[in-house]
Amino acid sequence: MTSQTVIITNQTGIHARPASLFIHTASAFKSNITIAKNGKNGTAKSLVSLLALGINKGSEITISAEGEDEKEAVAALVGLVKSKFGEK
Amino acid sequence: MAEYIKKGIPASKGYAIGTAFLKGRDEINVSEEKTVNVEQEKAKLATAIENSRAQLEKLREKTRLEMGEDAAAILECQLQFLDDPEFTGAAMANIEANRLSASKEIYDIMNTYAEIFSHLDDEYLRERKADINDVGMRLLKNLTGKTGNGFGNLPENAVIIAHDLTPSDTAQIDRSRVAAFVTDIGGPTSHSAIMARTLEIPAVVGTGNITASVKTGDLMIVDGYEGMVIVNPDVDTVTLWRNKKAGYEHERNQLKELIHTKTITKAGKHVILAGNIGNPEDVEKAIENGAEGIGLFRSEFLYMDREELPTEEEQFQAYKQVAEKMEDKPVVIRTLDIGGDKKLPYLPLPGEMNPFLGLRAIRLCLERKDIFRSQLRAILRVSTYGNIRIMFPMISCLAEFLKAKGFLLECMSELKDEGKSFNEKIEIGMMIEIPAAAIAADELAKEADFFSIGTNDLIQYTLAVDRLNEKVSYLYNPMHPAVLRLIKMTIEAAHQEGKWCGMCGEMAGDPNAIPMLLEYGLDEFSMNASSILEARKIIINS
Repeated sequence: MTSQTVIITNQTGIHARPASLFIHTASAFKSNITIAKNGKNGTAKSLVSLLALGINKGSEITISAEGEDEKEAVAALVGLVKSKFGEK
Repeated sequence: MAEYIKKGIPASKGYAIGTAFLKGRDEINVSEEKTVNVEQEKAKLATAIENSRAQLEKLREKTRLEMGEDAAAILECQLQFLDDPEFTGAAMANIEANRLSASKEIYDIMNTYAEIFSHLDDEYLRERKADINDVGMRLLKNLTGKTGNGFGNLPENAVIIAHDLTPSDTAQIDRSRVAAFVTDIGGPTSHSAIMARTLEIPAVVGTGNITASVKTGDLMIVDGYEGMVIVNPDVDTVTLWRNKKAGYEHERNQLKELIHTKTITKAGKHVILAGNIGNPEDVEKAIENGAEGIGLFRSEFLYMDREELPTEEEQFQAYKQVAEKMEDKPVVIRTLDIGGDKKLPYLPLPGEMNPFLGLRAIRLCLERKDIFRSQLRAILRVSTYGNIRIMFPMISCLAEFLKAKGFLLECMSELKDEGKSFNEKIEIGMMIEIPAAAIAADELAKEADFFSIGTNDLIQYTLAVDRLNEKVSYLYNPMHPAVLRLIKMTIEAAHQEGKWCGMCGEMAGDPNAIPMLLEYGLDEFSMNASSILEARKIIINS
């Protein structure tokens, strides 16, 4: 399993558009991907599950993946968060 | 029946007098029985998902055409829920595991997530409860064959009364017949409130139990200012609110007619009414309110909420958006105004005793030329895409302005060497916000192409008053004779040299100050978008 912890820094946190981008990115990988925040877990490929974590600016989340492309999956999602989902 | 009043939260301005239309709460029969045929239940759910998808796609297109992209995005989010592995996906799996009906599984998951969403801290995420319920109810209706929408026979001037309005509701309502929304629950950011503001109709939300007391057909007054409704009003009450409504509409229409009017005084002087913006998205609102230019584009947004400096290219793209949207109308970009109390995480600055008198704005930029260079290059490169002007903040003396201008010229020759195009005649101006600059304005006007008076700082520095300090804020007075004299001196000094003078502080949009500023000869008034039309009305009548 591969995991990495990142802090959400974009203004809106994981709202509609960032959440869609996140799921779209996650769904491109075969691995099982989970997101953990404050002890709660969610599935990275599900919008309801992601929104239910209540992730906003300043939240610390841990992205974990298990599967054949786990390293690439975690790197891609961490990159997306660090790029602030393309927000200016 | 005697009239009675119900109070709620004012969510959208305006007045309406109309006929109540009560939207019944959706009642769905959920089958609790163990199912005998798992495959049949799964097939039923699959069909319900497909039907829901077709309905939502249609609503999304309708909403996109009628209300724009933002309103349609809500339905896009619901479409995603339809395919969600943890929602419909989990329901499919649960039918098999629990041998319960499709409607029961959808109902349970919908309630689980609605419950989770309603406890989140983030207001936006909390409102998603309405979406999961909306899409869940749609699936349930499709499963149980109850697909009619509840808004078939709307009367003219319908006041829609509902427990809450969902995106599906507002997308289906015949807009030409709706006068107002009133709901039991919700706040200023709930879907009903946002849609009412988009449709420009009054709304009162959070009344508690309006659906329990009002019947379809009741006469109602909705007051979107006070946040109240009057049910079965008597004749005198109706007359009173009819007059309020007429007055409000008259005023609003008068102002709207001014959107494309040039701002010319009775004496025939054309002044520019411009908008202050803080990011590229604000431009839309300025244009909608009839801005003839952007008098202050604060560039700080590019530097905030991030971990490293923005690149030249990022800045270029942001400025370009604004330049292109404004076409050939003037856009004044103010270079970075940061330091002192406004700090950036990636730019550590030592603490100061007097941040407002310290290393900030142009002083900081001249110290950190690397930061300044990338911003100036970005602004210059964008100068061929529109009518761009550049403005330096916090200039205190001529030498400082010349230093900044000299560095800008350096950046110009760099770009020239690289073969990059820019407007060589770009107007280079400065803010007048330090009393010393106002007093020496005659000297500065010889070198600057224009002035823009920043009254917020000018007043605070002139009167030595921190207006955020409640103990002394009573001394903060834009009409202090010393402040007025400085403003007058600045405008006259600019005109003496044939330059123009604007104002981008709050005073420019103050209805009490505008006539006097006109008298002084101010050429450009820049303010928040929402103040523009009111200011235009005052100026064309002066």
